[in-house]
Amino acid sequence: MNNSNISIKLTAQKLSLQQCYDFVEDPTCGGIDVFVGTVRNHTKGKTVKLLDFSAYPPMAIKEMKLIAELALKKFKVHKIAIHHAEGPLQIGDIPVIIAVSAAHRNAAFDACQFAIDTLKETVPIWKKEHFEDGEVWVNAHP
Amino acid sequence: MQIQLLLFGIVADLIGKNSLSYDLPEKTTVSKFKEALTETYPQLQSYNSYAVAVNEAYANDTLVLNNNDILAIIPPVSGG
Repeated sequence: MNNSNISIKLTAQKLSLQQCYDFVEDPTCGGIDVFVGTVRNHTKGKTVKLLDFSAYPPMAIKEMKLIAELALKKFKVHKIAIHHAEGPLQIGDIPVIIAVSAAHRNAAFDACQFAIDTLKETVPIWKKEHFEDGEVWVNAHP
Repeated sequence: MQIQLLLFGIVADLIGKNSLSYDLPEKTTVSKFKEALTETYPQLQSYNSYAVAVNEAYANDTLVLNNNDILAIIPPVSGG
């Protein structure tokens, strides 16, 4: 697997949309699909103050790499970037960016959807929702 | 033998620690480890919907553990 087509990042810094775009942009590609996750101000009718993301960093990075490698194998896509943030994020902040470039758009859409769906199932990152009256680990009691 | 155990999310809250060392008999499987952990920490009895990672990869219940393995309790993830 040619890892120069994969960019993985887990960081406490602000994520950069431009960095993801610039990484996947390529003259052989006819399209770039970008998914941007944003912190929503409510959940199940309650007002969210902030989300705090914690991770098991070495494994989270390995799992994100596995997803990227699988996406390149499964779909006709050229490059993929998966960047995720750690730490406290405010409403509107960006916890995750996935960018995929491909010669044709359908593969880019499919790979992007696959990557975010799989990330939400396998990558060891957890968010705690902070409300006015307390806090709760998301998904802790499925 | 001894393994290192990393705890995350709600399981870290339930046990009150982020990491600990844990003694196990030789050739313990992941499944036996989970039983032993629940005996040590009965607060996990009502909470068994977690995965176990061994040396930074998801492990199934039949995997046999080795001395100095790094285990992690992975409660349902919620990234993204």
